Amino acid sequence: MARALINVPAKAKRGDIIEIKALISHPMETGYRTGPDGALVPRDIINRFICTYNGEEIFSADLFPAIAANPFLSFTTTATESGRIAFRWIDDRGQAYLETAEIAVE
Amino acid sequence: MRGVLKNVALTAGFGGVLALCISLATAQSPPSERKSGFEFMSPESQATQQDDFSNPGMLWVAEGEAVWNAKAGVLGRSCAECHGDASVSMKGVAARYPVYFAESGRPIDLQSRINVCRKTNQNATPFPLEGRDLLALSSFIGKQSRGMPITTGEDNRLEPFRARGQELYEQRQGQLNFSCANCHDDNWGRRLASSMIPQSHPTGYPLYRLEWQGMGSLQRRLRNCMTGVRAEPYPYGSQEYVELELFLMTRAKGMPLETPAVRP
Repeated sequence: MARALINVPAKAKRGDIIEIKALISHPMETGYRTGPDGALVPRDIINRFICTYNGEEIFSADLFPAIAANPFLSFTTTATESGRIAFRWIDDRGQAYLETAEIAVE
Repeated sequence: MRGVLKNVALTAGFGGVLALCISLATAQSPPSERKSGFEFMSPESQATQQDDFSNPGMLWVAEGEAVWNAKAGVLGRSCAECHGDASVSMKGVAARYPVYFAESGRPIDLQSRINVCRKTNQNATPFPLEGRDLLALSSFIGKQSRGMPITTGEDNRLEPFRARGQELYEQRQGQLNFSCANCHDDNWGRRLASSMIPQSHPTGYPLYRLEWQGMGSLQRRLRNCMTGVRAEPYPYGSQEYVELELFLMTRAKGMPLETPAVRP
């Protein structure tokens, strides 16, 4: 079960620079570790993160096996209009985790 | 004086009961002498703990809230149905554990107490110790007491068990023949290889340890130290751990609870 915590300010003034934080629960299994039976544990990491603001991509990242479990990303953007900020994390199994937040811009 | 100021800033950072904590700490021993593991961390790790949106322990707290509200067992009853709003009913609870459990005539830690409740009142299978659900639920319950002073050990019936915990703490063990006290009382503030030795006040359990990349209980941490001195760790849930926890929590009495803390 993946669970994410995101932080987007509920309100902002037009033109303000806002900070966005996204934390997700994920094992980020590197593929280099061995299990109790000595066999390699298959790699399972989030390899892609995308954030969109009213449909337009404002931030994305490629993630690699050296990134720790439960990856935390924080970035900034300019508040341009009210609407929805959407977050998408995609892992090696092709599974996507989605979260959204609303922002009101005055 | 510097220590006092640091303590004040720390307490204020936790957003609670500032005056109360200072007066309690003063009553016990000078605040400069007792330090939470928080004070030994880098500013970056401290910031990670203090922001609920960057503290990965909050993921377990969120999961724990879901477990709290989930129906379980034959009776299909959730924790919330009996206990109601956790922010009211569980406030201060984690800060007084381990408590004396009259039914067994021994002290009991929070995780085992949750399992007793689960078995008797929910008629459900107890959670495996150190499993994700139990860590999540105890993190969620622990968080309800965040910022509150630790009050463990006020029940007089706990005294013989606390004394046993202290004996264990001071007893040399393992191939390296070290006691807990050899490092945490005699050499705190110095380094063991590259790691800072803290005073071993268990103020933030369950906590997120960067080394584990996950949440763990105090028992997991004690097992780490035992393995470190080449001693054979006790199994999870053993009485020795509960007694050690009782001793350590009593020793940390008055310090604010930090659950879910972050540690390197």
